[in-house]
Amino acid sequence: MMEEKLKINNVKEGYRQRRFRWLTVTLLLALLTLVLCVSLLLFGNTRYPLDTVIRVLLGEQVQGATFAIGTLRLPRMLSGLLVGIAFGMAGSTFQTILRNPLASPDVIGITAGSSVGAMICILVLKLSGTVVSIVAVISGLLVASLIYALSKIGSFSGGKLILVGIGIQAMLNAVISFLLLRASQYDVPAAYRWLSGSLNGMQMANIPSLLIVLVVFGSIVILLGRHLKILELGEQSAITLGVKTDLVRLLLVLSAVFLIAFATSVTGPIAFVAFLAGPIATKLVGTGAPNEFPAGLVGAILVLGADLIGQFAFNTRFPVGVITGILGAPYLLILLIRMNQRGGSV
Amino acid sequence: MKTSKIILLLSVSLLGLSLCILASLAFGARFISFNEVIDILIHSRRTTINEIVVHERIPRTVFGIMAGAALGVSGALMQAITRNPIADPSILGVNTGASLFVVGGIAFFRISTPGEYILFASIGAAITAVFVYGIGSMGQGGATPIKLALAGAATSAALSSLVSAIILPRTDVMNAVRFWQVGSISGATWEGIVTVLPFLIVGVVLGLLSTPALDALAMGDDIATGLGVRTGVVRLVGALAGVLLCGATTALAGPIGFVGLMVPHTMRLICGPNLRWVIPMSAIGGAILLILSDVLGRLIGSPSELEAGIVTAFIGAPILIIIAMRSKVRAL
Amino acid sequence: MKTSQSLKANHIHAGYDKKIIIDGIDITIPNNKISVIIGANACGKSTLLKTLARLIQPSVGEILLDGKKISEIPPKQLARVLGLLPQSPVVPEGITVADLVGRGRFPYQSFLKGLGKKDYEAVEEALEIMGITDLANRCVDELSGGQRQRVWIAMALAQQTDILLLDEPTTYLDITYQVEILDLLTDLNRKRGTTIVMVLHDINLSARYADYIFALHKGKLISEGTPAEIITEGLIKQVFDLECSVIKDPVSGSPFIVPKGRHHVNYQTSSVTTG
Repeated sequence: MMEEKLKINNVKEGYRQRRFRWLTVTLLLALLTLVLCVSLLLFGNTRYPLDTVIRVLLGEQVQGATFAIGTLRLPRMLSGLLVGIAFGMAGSTFQTILRNPLASPDVIGITAGSSVGAMICILVLKLSGTVVSIVAVISGLLVASLIYALSKIGSFSGGKLILVGIGIQAMLNAVISFLLLRASQYDVPAAYRWLSGSLNGMQMANIPSLLIVLVVFGSIVILLGRHLKILELGEQSAITLGVKTDLVRLLLVLSAVFLIAFATSVTGPIAFVAFLAGPIATKLVGTGAPNEFPAGLVGAILVLGADLIGQFAFNTRFPVGVITGILGAPYLLILLIRMNQRGGSV
Repeated sequence: MKTSKIILLLSVSLLGLSLCILASLAFGARFISFNEVIDILIHSRRTTINEIVVHERIPRTVFGIMAGAALGVSGALMQAITRNPIADPSILGVNTGASLFVVGGIAFFRISTPGEYILFASIGAAITAVFVYGIGSMGQGGATPIKLALAGAATSAALSSLVSAIILPRTDVMNAVRFWQVGSISGATWEGIVTVLPFLIVGVVLGLLSTPALDALAMGDDIATGLGVRTGVVRLVGALAGVLLCGATTALAGPIGFVGLMVPHTMRLICGPNLRWVIPMSAIGGAILLILSDVLGRLIGSPSELEAGIVTAFIGAPILIIIAMRSKVRAL
Repeated sequence: MKTSQSLKANHIHAGYDKKIIIDGIDITIPNNKISVIIGANACGKSTLLKTLARLIQPSVGEILLDGKKISEIPPKQLARVLGLLPQSPVVPEGITVADLVGRGRFPYQSFLKGLGKKDYEAVEEALEIMGITDLANRCVDELSGGQRQRVWIAMALAQQTDILLLDEPTTYLDITYQVEILDLLTDLNRKRGTTIVMVLHDINLSARYADYIFALHKGKLISEGTPAEIITEGLIKQVFDLECSVIKDPVSGSPFIVPKGRHHVNYQTSSVTTG
C-alpha cells in the first residue's frame, strides 16, 4: 500500500516537475529577450546610459538620443522582437503539423513565395514600403495555398506537401535569380539585403500592423496548441480523441502562413529563425509541454541576438539574416551527429 | 530489352539530338535557316555575319551537349546509389555547395581560371553531397525522398547564407557571382571545354564501370553483398563519378537544376530500370534537354535570352511535383 | 460497471479513394464482450474497424451508436464513448509516459483549461491497470515494444470509453507479450465491462480470448458467433483457403486449428506429391 502511494505520488510529482520546468524556462527566455531588447537600445554608434534610454522612452526630448533611440533603434528592436516571435511560432507549428523538424516554412517554399512578390516590387516595379509588404503577404498566401492545393490532389499527406513545396520553391528561386540578373546594378544590393533579411530602416509605422497580426494569429496558434499536441499522435489517434483534424490543421496552417508571410514582408526572410526556434524550444521545455510560446521567444532571441552580432561583432555590418543563416549550418551538423549517436528519427 | 528496340531508340534519340544541335545553331537573336547552317558548317567559312554567328554558337552548343550529358549521367548515378528517385544535384544542394566554394575561392583565393573553378566546385559539391546524404539518411527508414529533399533544401539555405556573408561586403564579387548563380551555357569557350573535358571523361568512365554493380545494388545492400558486390567501394566510385560530373559542369555553367532529376526518370520509363541502358540514354537525353532549354531560353527571352538554368527549373520543378503526387503515401 | 452503449454497422460499404473494400456489412457489436474480427490479409478487417471508429466515412450505410448516427455526434462527445488504438500510432520524440497517457484526457478538457484533478486520477488508474506506474516519468522512446503497447493501451484507457477498438494490438510483439496484452484486455473487460473489438491475426489466440468472432472474406461478413460455434474446418477453408484440423485447445478448451500443409501430414509415409 505504501509503495503504491509512493508510485502515484511519483506520477503527480513528475507532472509537477515538468510544469515547473516549463515555467522556469519560459521565464528565463522572456528575461533573456528583455535583456537583448534593452541592449539593442543601449548600443549603437553612440552608447547611451540606461536612464537616458528610459527618459527617451517616456517621451522626454534628449539631444541626439531621441533621434537615435526613438527613430532608429526602437523601431529596429521592436520589429526584430515581433518578427522573431512570428517566425518562431509559425516555424514550430509547421514542424509539428508535418511531423518533421526540417519542414519549416522557409524550407518548403512559403517564404520564397513572399520573396518573389517583394522582388518583383523592388526590382521591376521600383516600389518600396507598405506596398512591398502587402504584395509579399499576398504572394506568400497564394503560394502557400497553391502548395496545399497541389498536395491535396489524390489524398493529402504531409510528405507530399513537403516535396511539392520544395519543387515550387525551386521554381520561385529561379524566378528570383532571373529578376536579380535582369536588375540594374544599383538595385541589386538593396534586393540582396532584403533577400537575406535585414532590420535596417525599420520604421515605427510598420509596428502596429505587425503587432495586430501577431496578436490575432499568435493567439490562434497558442489556443490550438493542445489540439496540435494531439495531432502529433497521428491522424488516426487524433480523430479518435475527438479532434476535428481538418479544421484544426487548416486554422493552424493559415495562421502560421499569415505570421510568416507578414513577418517576411517587413524584414525579408530572416533565414532559419523559423527552422531553429521550434526544435530549440522543445529541447528546452521538453516534448510534452506546449512549445508555441517558448518557440516564439526563442525566435525573438535569435533575431535580436543575431542583430547584435551582425551590427557589432565584425567590422562589416551584416544583415541579421546572414548571421542566423550561418547559425543554421552548425545546427544541421549537430542534428546529424546527435542522430547518428542515438539513431533517433527525423 | 530487344536489340531492335535499342537500335530504334538510339537512332530516334540521336536524330532528336541532331535536330536540337541544328536548332541551337540556327535560333537566337538572329535566325539563320537550317539549310544555311548546314552549308556554313560544311564549308567552314567565317566571312559573313551569319557565318560568324554560327561559329560563335558552336562552343555553347558543344558545351551544352557535354554539360547536359554529364548532368543526366550524374543524376542517374546518384539515384542509383541512394536508391532514391529524387536524388539530383540541385535537390541534394550540391549546386549550392559548389557555389559556396567557388564564391569563397573568388573572394579569398582570387581564383579565376576554369581549372581552379572546377577544382573548387568539385570539392564543394562532394562535401555537400556527403553532408546532405548523411543528414537525409538519419533516423528511421534511412534516406527517404522527403528527408533527402528537406536535408538538401535546408543545407542549401544555410550555404546560401554563407554565400551572402561572403559577397555582401564585396561589391565586385557580388557582380561576378550574380551572373554565375544562374546556370547558363552561353558563356562557354573552347578553353573551358578543353579544361572540363578530362574531368567529364573520367566521370563517365567511372560511372560506366560501376553500372553492373549498381544494378545489383538496386536490389538492396544485403542482396548485392550476397552477389559478391563490395557495396562500399561501388558507392564510393559511383558517387565520385556523379560528383565529378556535376561539379565540373557546375563550375563552368553555374547551377543547372533538375536535368539530373528529369532525364533518368524519363529514361527509366522508356527503357526499364537497367542501368546499362539508363546511363547512356540519360547522357543523350540530358544533352537534348539542356540544348532544348537553351534554345527555348533564347526564343522566350528574345531579343536577349533566358538562362538555361531558369528554363530547366521551370520544366523540372513540375516534374518533381508530379513525382511527389504519384508516389504512394506510404513510400514517402 | 458502466452500462455500455451499443455499436452497430448498418449495411455499410467503405473503402479508400474509389476502391470498395467493405462490400455491404451489417454487424452489431455485442455489449460488454470481447469481439474479434478475423480474416485473410486485405479482406477488409482493418477497414471495418476504422469505419466503426469513424476514421473512414462509409460511402453507403451508417454506423450507429445507441441508434444515433456517429457522424452526427460531436467529436469530443463521441471520443468519451468510443476509443481506438490504431495499428501504428506516432510517438512524439522524447515524450514521457505520463504525458502521453495524459493526452488521452483530451476529450474531457475544456478549451482553455489544462489537466485537472480528475484527469490525473484517470491517468494514474490507467497506468496502474496496465502495470506501468513506475514507468510514468520515463521516455516512451526508451521502452520495449511490449511496454510501449501497454502505454498506448493506457492512453486509450485514460480516455475512459465504454467501447475500445484495437487494430492488431499484438502485431510485432513476442508471444509472451501477446498473451500478456490479451490478458490485460480481458481484465479490463471483466473489471470495467468495457466492450472490446479487435482485429487479430492469430486465429488460435482469437478463439481463446474472444467471446464473439466476426469472420470476413473479400469485404463481406461470412460468419459470426462464438468461437465454439463458428471455428470449423469449413470456415477456415473458406476464409483462409487453408486445410486444417480443429482440435480442442488443451488449456482453454476453445477450438484450436492445426494447419495441414502438403508435407508432414499424419505421420504417413510421404505419399504427397511434391510440386
